[in-house]
Amino acid sequence: MIALQDRKLALWYIGVAYIAFLIGTLMGLLQVFIRNDKLDLPAWLDYYQILTAHGVLLALIYTTFFIFAFFVTGMSKSLGTFGPKVRLVSWIGFWVTLIGTVMATVMIVAGEASVLYTFYAPLKASGWYYVGLALFVVGTWISSFALIGHYRVWRKNNKGQLSPLFAFMTVTTIVLWLIACLGVVATVLFQYIPWAFGWTDTINVELSRSLFWYFGHPLVYFWLLPAYIAWYVIVPKILGVKVFSDSLARLAFVLFILFSIPVGFHHQLTEPGISNFWKFLQVVLTFMVIIPSLMTAFTMFANFEISGRKKGATGLFGWFKKLPWKDVRFTSIFIAMAFFIPGGAGGIINASFQLNEVVHNTLWIVGHFHITVGTPVAMTFMGLTFWLIPYLTGRKFTKAMQKLAFVQIITWSIGMLLMSTSQHILGLLGAPRRTAFSNYNNHPSALEWFDGILTSHVTMAVGGSILFLSAMILIYIVVMSMFLSPKALKVEDQVEFPMAESDKTNTPKWLENWWIWIGIAFALIIIAYAIPLSSMIMHAPPGSEGFKTW
Amino acid sequence: MHLHKFEKIWLVFGIISLIVFLSIVGVTAFSQDHHPSGGMDTIDPKKVDQTAPFDNPGVTQIDDDTYQVAIVASAFSYTAPELRVPAGKEIIFKVTSKDVVHSFTIDDTKVNMMVVPGQITTRAYTFDKPGKYLILCNEYCGTGHHFMFTEIEVY
Repeated sequence: MIALQDRKLALWYIGVAYIAFLIGTLMGLLQVFIRNDKLDLPAWLDYYQILTAHGVLLALIYTTFFIFAFFVTGMSKSLGTFGPKVRLVSWIGFWVTLIGTVMATVMIVAGEASVLYTFYAPLKASGWYYVGLALFVVGTWISSFALIGHYRVWRKNNKGQLSPLFAFMTVTTIVLWLIACLGVVATVLFQYIPWAFGWTDTINVELSRSLFWYFGHPLVYFWLLPAYIAWYVIVPKILGVKVFSDSLARLAFVLFILFSIPVGFHHQLTEPGISNFWKFLQVVLTFMVIIPSLMTAFTMFANFEISGRKKGATGLFGWFKKLPWKDVRFTSIFIAMAFFIPGGAGGIINASFQLNEVVHNTLWIVGHFHITVGTPVAMTFMGLTFWLIPYLTGRKFTKAMQKLAFVQIITWSIGMLLMSTSQHILGLLGAPRRTAFSNYNNHPSALEWFDGILTSHVTMAVGGSILFLSAMILIYIVVMSMFLSPKALKVEDQVEFPMAESDKTNTPKWLENWWIWIGIAFALIIIAYAIPLSSMIMHAPPGSEGFKTW
Repeated sequence: MHLHKFEKIWLVFGIISLIVFLSIVGVTAFSQDHHPSGGMDTIDPKKVDQTAPFDNPGVTQIDDDTYQVAIVASAFSYTAPELRVPAGKEIIFKVTSKDVVHSFTIDDTKVNMMVVPGQITTRAYTFDKPGKYLILCNEYCGTGHHFMFTEIEVY
């Protein structure tokens, strides 16, 4: 078990993550019923306020806090206990992130920030909302620097050695996050905050959107890579095999640093102000992440097959039956991976230049991110939660809890399957996203969308309700593992942190030379962004004043 | 770095598919002018009503086979009087916003344009079938966002 102080830090992160999860999923439940025209909100509460809270709390707060809990635990386990400085800086980071979170949440609840989590200008929220967001990012930076500091101490004490795979992957994710945040920090600090407090009159809208999406796409990889860490490092241990290939795992991760950032324009394909050449260039760069994704898919199936054959499986697919299906730590993550197959394919469709017009801002996109971040990432985090909290609290993960965990992941899968299928089809038919209930004055085409069995309002509401039920089961499991489950006094009851062995003997040293990867990443960013962004600044139209249209 | 033989096959297959995909997308885009909506024209968002063509929004015939449709979006409506256009002719939509970001999306077509204040979004489209098409805003623009819609008649 790792040191008590490090466990405490991780548990605080998890605690905040699940408070955000609880409120965020409740907001999700309200949404499906409003869209279904079965629920009228009181006058002081607005659909878009709920939508903002749902997006911010789940996509930003739950993910980020959980990720840091996972990193703190894994770094302490793989590199050793945090030193006093690392610990102090980590706590400062935690509190700054939390203060930012609370500020932003208070502004949303107060109705001062119904701008959704993309906060597109010239919708103008209270300046304190943007300050809250800035503090949130700064807090994560402080925590990131603490983890990097811990890593550097290890490197100094282990000269010439490659770091353990978990630490390498954590640092990769953090490097990605730091570079990605530059965009959102630039726009919030230099555009939104001066404008929201009235120090400047207008804002360059197109520039703010582009800086946001410079951040917005790598943000999704910041969610995904910790899930990938679990897939690469945790799953093999549960399967009883070694990491398939240490060098390929590292290569896949550094490729994500290179190809997840200079790609933000694929979120802006249908908008003016960016020429087709630059849009298309970034589409090409976007598609490059398919290569590390294919490597990951190969590695996963290799692990499954090797593990199955070790247990005596024969024939082409015999290994499939030998997988540890009764182990919820595995089954949860396996389902998460399965959801990522259509999720990833949908992503390729979305980024396919002109094809984007068919799906842009429709419910298809909502379906898409519920089967990417909403299941592959979230369910991997759930699969980690089951053992991570008992590991940190020293409590048992009892048989009853394991059964309940199965109920939780199965209900989540069913709910998500219903809801996201319905959303995908509705999107193809043309139903818009981010829109409260509306039948557009009974327009025949709008009524037609919701006519099918899968596309009816009922399916989405049933899916959403099952998801909420599942979320509440998870909260119950979290509370039990945090405070109530019996203490694991005997060694055999103690919960393990499954971390697979990784053979680094053939791994080339240059894979851990960060300056190479950071250098190439910036070169690609400059190629993809320098000219279009400077033309947005030089050829800017008169700026926009702020509007509060809610 | 060791690559398993199957992994080599898998990656080569994947990368070749990727090149084929991207070539199809790129060739159709740039050789047949098949781009998503966009455009590099700018406008003063405070002077939309005084700037051509938005000082006179609606349908204008440019020549025998081309029509231009100018539309001003603002929370929560479109200034677009009498939208009637013929099927089989090229319709050039030009849209801008007087306030926040909106979209101009015609149901059942590939017209799905982001409308950004300060910019003019352009998209050419030819309707095949006559009928009444729903136009809606699919970018969140405020409390009344879901009431922002209109209709275009194709004859």
